[in-house]
Formats: sequence, C-alpha cells, structure tokens
Amino acid sequence: MRKGARRMSETVSSGLPAHAERHHVGHGPELRHHFEEAEQQHEASTLGMWVFLATEILFFGGLFTAYTIYRSFYLPGFEAGSRLLDVKAGAANTAVLIGSSFTMASAVHAAQTGKRKLLVTCLILTMILGCVFLGIKYTEYAEHWHEFQVPGLHWDSAATFFKNAPNGSVELFFCFYFFMTGLHAVHMIIGLGIMTVMLILSWRGRFAEKYFSPIEISGLYWHFVDIIWIFLFPLLYLIGGRYQ
Amino acid sequence: MEAPPTSRVNYLNASYGVKSWLFTTDHKRIALLYLASITVMFFVGGIAATLMRFHLVQPEGALVQPDTYNKLFTIHGVVMVFFFLVPSIPATLGNFLVPMMIGARDLAFPRINLLSWYIYIVGAGFTLYAIMTGGVDTGWTFYTPFSSNYAHTQVIATALGVFITGFSSILTGLNFIVTIHKMRAPGLTWFRLPLFIWSMYATSVIFILGTPVIAITLFLLGLERLLHVGIFDPAIGGDPLLFQHLFWFYSHPAVYIMILPGMGVISELITAFSKKKIFGYTFVAFSSMAIAVLSFLVWGHHMFVTGQSVYAGLIFSVLSFMVAIPSAIKVFNWTATLYKGSISYQAPMLYALGFIGLFTMGGLTGLFLASLATDVHLNGTYFIVAHFHYIMVGGAVMAYLGGIHFWWPKITGKLYPDGWARLAAAIIFVGFNLTFFPQFVLGYLGMPRRYAVYPPEFQVLNVMSSAGASILAVGYLIPLIYLTWSIRYGPAASANPWGAKGLEWETPSPPPTENFEEIPIVTEEAYAYAEGRTAHV
Repeated sequence: MRKGARRMSETVSSGLPAHAERHHVGHGPELRHHFEEAEQQHEASTLGMWVFLATEILFFGGLFTAYTIYRSFYLPGFEAGSRLLDVKAGAANTAVLIGSSFTMASAVHAAQTGKRKLLVTCLILTMILGCVFLGIKYTEYAEHWHEFQVPGLHWDSAATFFKNAPNGSVELFFCFYFFMTGLHAVHMIIGLGIMTVMLILSWRGRFAEKYFSPIEISGLYWHFVDIIWIFLFPLLYLIGGRYQ
Repeated sequence: MEAPPTSRVNYLNASYGVKSWLFTTDHKRIALLYLASITVMFFVGGIAATLMRFHLVQPEGALVQPDTYNKLFTIHGVVMVFFFLVPSIPATLGNFLVPMMIGARDLAFPRINLLSWYIYIVGAGFTLYAIMTGGVDTGWTFYTPFSSNYAHTQVIATALGVFITGFSSILTGLNFIVTIHKMRAPGLTWFRLPLFIWSMYATSVIFILGTPVIAITLFLLGLERLLHVGIFDPAIGGDPLLFQHLFWFYSHPAVYIMILPGMGVISELITAFSKKKIFGYTFVAFSSMAIAVLSFLVWGHHMFVTGQSVYAGLIFSVLSFMVAIPSAIKVFNWTATLYKGSISYQAPMLYALGFIGLFTMGGLTGLFLASLATDVHLNGTYFIVAHFHYIMVGGAVMAYLGGIHFWWPKITGKLYPDGWARLAAAIIFVGFNLTFFPQFVLGYLGMPRRYAVYPPEFQVLNVMSSAGASILAVGYLIPLIYLTWSIRYGPAASANPWGAKGLEWETPSPPPTENFEEIPIVTEEAYAYAEGRTAHV
C-alpha cells in the first residue's frame, strides 16, 4: 500500500533542492529530504529504535549470561549477597518504574491525539518518577558504601563475612550488583536526557497527530530500560530465600 | 560512452571547504571520510606487520626486543581487525553503495551516519594514543587475567578505543538494516536486490547482535583493570575462560563481518565481468544469511584446547564444519557464473578471481582447524596465522581492493590506468602467496605464533615469508599512488564504464548529491545481462 502511494508521487523531479519541493507537495517541515513520504520516515525511525533495542538486549545479555553462570557456580554466595540488599527499596523502585511506564505510554497517546498540555504533563511526570528512581538508587548505593560493600573501592571482607558462603563469591555478587544496576542507571540518566529534549520540543508544540515519532521511539527506549529493571529486581534482590 | 559535461553539479563539487566535509550528512562524502581514515589505519597496521617480518628474518630476531615484538603484533592485530577490516567494505563501499544500489537518496539516518564516523575517529584516537604512549602487549584478543592484572601496558586506552569504535559499527549496521527495509525504490523487491545488498544486510545483523557483546566484555575488562576486582578475577572465583567465551561470541562473527561484504563485492564483480546473471541467485543470497546465523554458533572452536567440555567441543566442531556449506555454495555459484560467460580480465576481475582461489584455500584449511584432533596439533601455530590471513587478506582485502577499483570511476568520476592496476593486482597476488603459504608449512612443522625468536631450521621459510611481505607492501603502495594520481589527472569516467547492471550505474559519475534525478522504478531482476553477446557498451 505504501509502495503504491510512493509510486504515485514519483513524478517529482529534483531540479530544485529537494526539501523545498517536497514541502510544496503537502508534507510538513518534519519530513527530511531523503524520505519520499511521512509514513516511510515514521516506519524507518520506529524500526531503527527496535534494531537499537536489539543491540541493547545483547549488551545487557553479556552481563545476564555471566550472572547466570556464576549464580549456578556460587549459589550460596549469591543468596548471601542478595540478603544484604534492601528489598523494600528495590520493590519501591520497581513500582516507581512501572508507574513511569504508564505516564510514558500516556505521553505517547497524548502526542498521537495531539493533546499538547497532557503530553507535557505526562513527560514531566515521567521525568519526576525517573528522578525518584535514581534518588532511591543513590540512597542504596550510599548505604552499601557505608557498609563496606563496594568491591574494589570500599570493600571489607570482615564486614561482610558469612558463615555459609565463601567470601569471594559474595564480592562477585556485588560486582554484578553494581555493574548491572550501574549500567541500568546510566541508561536511566540517558533516558532523562532524551526526555528533557522531548519536553522542550513538546512545549514548543512540535508534535501533532501527524508527527509524533520522536515521542514514540523515546517511549520505546524508556519502556526497554524499565523492562531491564523488571529482570534485575528479582535476579538481584529476591534470590536470598528470605521467605522460606 | 558519452563524457559528462564537466560543469555538471555533483556531490564532490556541490560545495567546497573543510566544513562542507566535516559536517556533511551525504552518505557518499561520509564514505570518503571513512575511506581516508581506514587507509591511514591500514598503513599503521601494515607498518607494524612489515617491522615484524623484518624482525623474523633471523632466528634470534633481527630488529627489536621481544617486548617490542609483542607490542608490534598486538598493534597489528588491533588496528587491522577493529580499525581496518571490520569497517573496510561496509563503511566505505557499503556507505557509498547501499543507497545508490537500492535507489534511495541517502541512508535512513544521515546524521547518525556522520556520528558513526566521529565515533570511529574518537576510538581510533584512543588506540593511536595507546600506541604512542607505550603500546599494548596483550595480543588483539586481550585475554584475561594477563590483560586485567599482569600487563603493564596501555590496555585500558586500547580497549576503550575498541569499545568506542564498536558503536560506530552498530550505528552503521542499524542504518543499513533500516535503509534496506524501508528505502528501496519502487519495484525493487527483496529478490531483485543486488547480492552486495544481501551481504551488507547479513553483515549488519552481525554488527547489531555481536558488537554489543564485545562492548560489554571490554567494558568489564576495563573496570576489572581499574578496580583490581571483577568478574574475570580468579581471586574471588571469577573465571578467565568466561572472558574468552564472551570475546569470541563477538570475534568469531566478526570474522564474517570481514568476509561477508567481500563475498558481496565478488558477486558484483563476477557478474559484471562475465556479463552474466549470477548462477543461483537465491542460494547465494540465503547463503549470506546462513553464514550470519551460523557465525553465532561456532565461537567455541577457538577454545578447543582450553579445557572446554569434550561434548561442547564436538558440537562446536560439527557446527564449524557446517559453515563450509554456505561458503562452498558461494564459490561453486561464482564458478558456475563464469561458465560460458564473456569474461574480460580488467583489474577488478583479477582481484575477484584471486579472491576465489585464496578464499577457497583459506576456507579449506579452516576445516583442518575445525577438526578437534588436528586442531590440537595446529592450535597456536603459524598454520592458524596463515589460515586467517588467507581469509582476511587473501579474501577480505582482495575483495576490498577489487571493489575500490570497480567503483572508483563512480566514486571519483575518474578512470585509473588499467595496466598499472592489473600489474598491482598480480604483484599483490604473488606477494601474498609468498608471504603466507610458507606459514602453513611453518605451522605444520610446529612453529608457534607470537614468538620473537625461532629455531634456525625454520629460517628459510621465514625469509621466504618476509620476502613475500616486502613484495606485498610494494603491491599495496602502487594502487595508493595511481588512484591518488587519477583523482587529478585521470580521464573522466562515463556513467557506466564497465557496462555493468545496477542502479548505481544509471546515474552520472560522480553522482549528484541526491543520487538520482528521479527515483528509478525497477522492473527487472538483478544482473539482467543480455547473455550470449559481447555486451560491451
């Protein structure tokens, strides 16, 4: 269907600078010169983000693989490490992120239906929830620092000694904890940067029913980062066997 | 062959000045930025190789201290793999040709394309900085725990350089995948695409799925070196072998990142210079995808002697043998394409024919190494060195040079002297074989790789190899000279100097900034040559 529509507009010649011309044919200024039509541009940017997320999955995938291997080697150490995490803070953060996914999804809907005020509100809410997440994460990190539970920088074997677990594997667990949640936090910070840009653009009224791909693909990224956390939370916080 | 009017506006003369290049989003200009950068890196890596071959002329070493030798082979490996071979064809020819071949005005994300070049430059900068401030001696494989704990060289800067450059590959792959999906000209269905596009697509899949794994691995390595504790650290129960698994999960597919684009180029060259449709289009297209898929399942063949489980070794061995199937399909189909073609032996075709022979040798010796028992004998010897150079230099570099020669008139609008080009191709072929064939024998006799000294009985073969390397070096310098010469003094090229099929030949040489005056509508299969006639235009 798209192909057919494109063929119709094929008569456009490029004697003039292409952008000038295409805009005459009824496209908004958002359509970049090398695309033939807005739908093609929208599909391209959406596919681009999905492909990027595939890369991201493999990026985290290396860490998840390593985690799985070591957890099968050193389960007691990992359980002992997990018991040192603040499960309430982790659960609160999970709730915060799920909430932010809801506000993000609402932002995309608002953009699609052209409701500028709602869009701006939802983006601000999303950013607030993102900051709350990072704040809670910071207090957890500070607590671990205080308790000498940061491998390589502030680690004391005596402080984290466990009867049933080899101390090295608890340290290994904390390596994973910091690498995985740290990498996730970096993605959150990048996400907040993206949201700031989206907020400014939305404020200026750049998005409407016909053009909302930036909001949509930022949303894809935001949801992806949330989903990573959905996996991190049980794998890191809930393996301690607290409830047995 | 009408010569284009010289006053015509094209992508090269549309604007002038450094800024017009450094801030360009034109995929053709970005391809040239890449071309210049990777050529510099090729000669950096080449100088390191030349010094090594000089050194190995004498059994006790002729030139440098063993420590320096370790740094030389590391620099050679890191620069050639990550900064030349991986980006070579995709970032230059791919960047230039993907939009042209599919009838698009640019890649889907032109600014991301420029960003990828800047990322490449930053990564290369880190690596060159590491080389100039003492070098690095871990080998290009960065194996732990040597790299994380014991090496006293610039491991972090080098790894960071490779890490950063990885993102330029990812962005290039992302751009290609989206462009090929969404930007094809009307009528250009998947099975009308030139095979070069199929190979670029397969390569991009590996870029997207493999590169992030090496990125996270090198990131973890860097952290471990910085913090003196990490997940590969045996002191807390970490397993250095895990590093090798993660490393080869990318770096074996990376071998196919290097060869798949070359295979795509060869499909174009063979058809253009035998004026025939490719034999078995669908098989050649799907064999690229099959190689991309299999590439992710064979990494363990780099670890047969590491104490990996026998059963894992068995499975990796079988899977590695399976890669031979799609590879052989390609070789047989190229050969079948030649059959009864009207073949002409211009320079690009010489490279293509050289590729087929050398790739076949490299591929077949790969099967020796995929067999568990023979690998125990050959692992870590010069046999391996010879094998992968037959693939990467005899294969990938030959294809790269063949492609550069084939599309040079399109890229620059100028013709180069064909006589010199054929001579250079012949010199490279002879020099290459003299350099690397003796290394098969050396490896079979048991000479280990990466040693700065060797027993005297290996000297004759080593001298042969070094003599070949000097011939090879001359062979690489000649194209550099006449291609540069041709930019200024070469005669103007017509739109289609080879009488080849493909959308890129339907637009003037050099193309206008928008590639096509009108987006073409495709009505025929790829390589629709009028067979049985000499179709020279």
